[in-house]
Amino acid sequence: MKLHSIAVLLVAAFVVSACTGQGRFGGGGLNGGVDQSAISDPTSPAYFQQTIGDRILFAVNEHTLTPETEIVLQQQATWLIANPEYTAVVEGHADEQGTTAYNVALSARRANSVIEYLIGAGVEEGRLRSLPLGKARPIAICSNESCYQQNRRAVTVLTAGGVS
Amino acid sequence: MNMIKALTLLAACAIIAQPAYAQQRSGPLRIEITEGVIEPLPFAVPEFIAENPAAQEFAANIARVVASDLAGTGLFREIPEDAFISRLTDFASPVQYSDWKAINTQALVSGAVSAGSDGRLTVKFRVFDVFAEAQLGDGLQFGGSTSSWRRMAHKVADAVYSRITGEGGYFDSRVVFVAQNGPKDERRSRLAVMDYDGANVQYLTDDSAIVLAPRFSPTGDRVLYTSYESGFPQVFVLDVGTVQRRAMDVAAEAMTFAPRFGPDGRTVVFSLTEGGNSDLYKMDVDGSSAQRLTSAPSIETAPDFSPDGSQIVFESDRSGSQQLYVMGVNGGDATRISSGQGRYSAPVWSPRGDLIAFTKQANGRFHIGVMRIDGSEERLLTASFLDEGPTWSPNGRVIMFTRESQGTSGVQSLYSVDITGRNLRKVTTEGPASDATWSPLLN
Repeated sequence: MKLHSIAVLLVAAFVVSACTGQGRFGGGGLNGGVDQSAISDPTSPAYFQQTIGDRILFAVNEHTLTPETEIVLQQQATWLIANPEYTAVVEGHADEQGTTAYNVALSARRANSVIEYLIGAGVEEGRLRSLPLGKARPIAICSNESCYQQNRRAVTVLTAGGVS
Repeated sequence: MNMIKALTLLAACAIIAQPAYAQQRSGPLRIEITEGVIEPLPFAVPEFIAENPAAQEFAANIARVVASDLAGTGLFREIPEDAFISRLTDFASPVQYSDWKAINTQALVSGAVSAGSDGRLTVKFRVFDVFAEAQLGDGLQFGGSTSSWRRMAHKVADAVYSRITGEGGYFDSRVVFVAQNGPKDERRSRLAVMDYDGANVQYLTDDSAIVLAPRFSPTGDRVLYTSYESGFPQVFVLDVGTVQRRAMDVAAEAMTFAPRFGPDGRTVVFSLTEGGNSDLYKMDVDGSSAQRLTSAPSIETAPDFSPDGSQIVFESDRSGSQQLYVMGVNGGDATRISSGQGRYSAPVWSPRGDLIAFTKQANGRFHIGVMRIDGSEERLLTASFLDEGPTWSPNGRVIMFTRESQGTSGVQSLYSVDITGRNLRKVTTEGPASDATWSPLLN
């Protein structure tokens, strides 16, 4: 996938997520419902979520990172290292074109790909936690590839304090 | 009786809906459930006789549930009451066979209900083979509280079904499922239990956390399921009667899912995911005797025991795509059993032990199918945008599964289908429903 099309998707995903923060699983993260004026503050969760990008996307049945997604994750790592008061839950997600148990396992692989990258980039392991959500929490609800590709995602959800 | 092999005889002669032919029939009334197309056997269930005034409402309702159970199998066809020539007014009076033959009734169920002052109901019934002019088996009597009248009706229907098909029934059983609410991107889910036909729904959990894939214990008293109530996926065990639940005591904060009881009601097999890798583990439900069964970088999940507890069927993508494997109950070498084109998942072993039902994805469609335990004789029973999660009826004749409709307003519903692929039916539920697990026959 070309970089510019990923960028378009990511922007679309940000808009959706900014509008539906309360719909995120758990509701305990700081990414949703943030003060939009904080986006310009590089230490703010809003900056992390929207300027850096809190999510990356995966190909069908894949959990491997691409050079494009690694750019986003490197920036996430840099931010997390610079803002040690935050921890993160990395949600893994799958599209609906798979069975329940498999999708939980696949989304665990995706979350782990992100966690391994962030650890490799210097983030303390104890600040990161995986949350495989399978296909239980799609962000786009149509039944075609335009939605599926948004749902095959891993989202780094900032939390204050401990991750467990 | 071996089901597949047994499904071969007599169907035509026993059930062709022509009185002239049926009158020549020499054997007893019998449906042999075959792979072929059959004509449903015509039956009548007149309103049960109320033996006292307090039994009146139950007499009518019980007969309706019996008729609904039988007709719902697709093996029987109800003759409507307005076709009846004679009425049954006394449980002990002789049946006027000619009146029932004239409207081509082959099986006649008569019953009577009495209600005691102590709130107890007594239900008795007889089954008649009309063309043989004989009672089929002995009369039977069930007792229970008035609140359990539906169960008594299901027991009557199970007995009728068994006498005519020679197989165990499945009507007096319950289904635990995930009741869904809300749009696709904000679905709320909670565990619920209902009768197999959708009646008597009770909710077992609230909807504050995602719940997935409940699985009954072999005695139907508990369910295992996956809940996110601790903030991550974790296997829970819930007592269906008391609604008490607890997380299974695996390692601290271990992420576990896809649990399944063994036939001993104590051993549990499940997936544990660690470092992004999911493998199968086994332990006692009390948290002891933990044992790792697989150790591979691939996904191993959706395990299920054989009815004798000696083997485990599961899905793995070790070959590059999801396929079905069978291994011994202590792990070790696994034999791949699925061989067709496509992805296979969610295997469940038939209670008879002879078949494995599964979900299959191929060419953008989902199917529920069955295969023999060596993977041979694969047959797909359904096809749709998204079918998954099969569970067996107690007698191994019927499979219930989740069907999800396509698109932004997609909802999940429960369906059932006979293992012949016939008689696809939507299960009536109050709202969207998924992830059914079918109990054994109740006692």
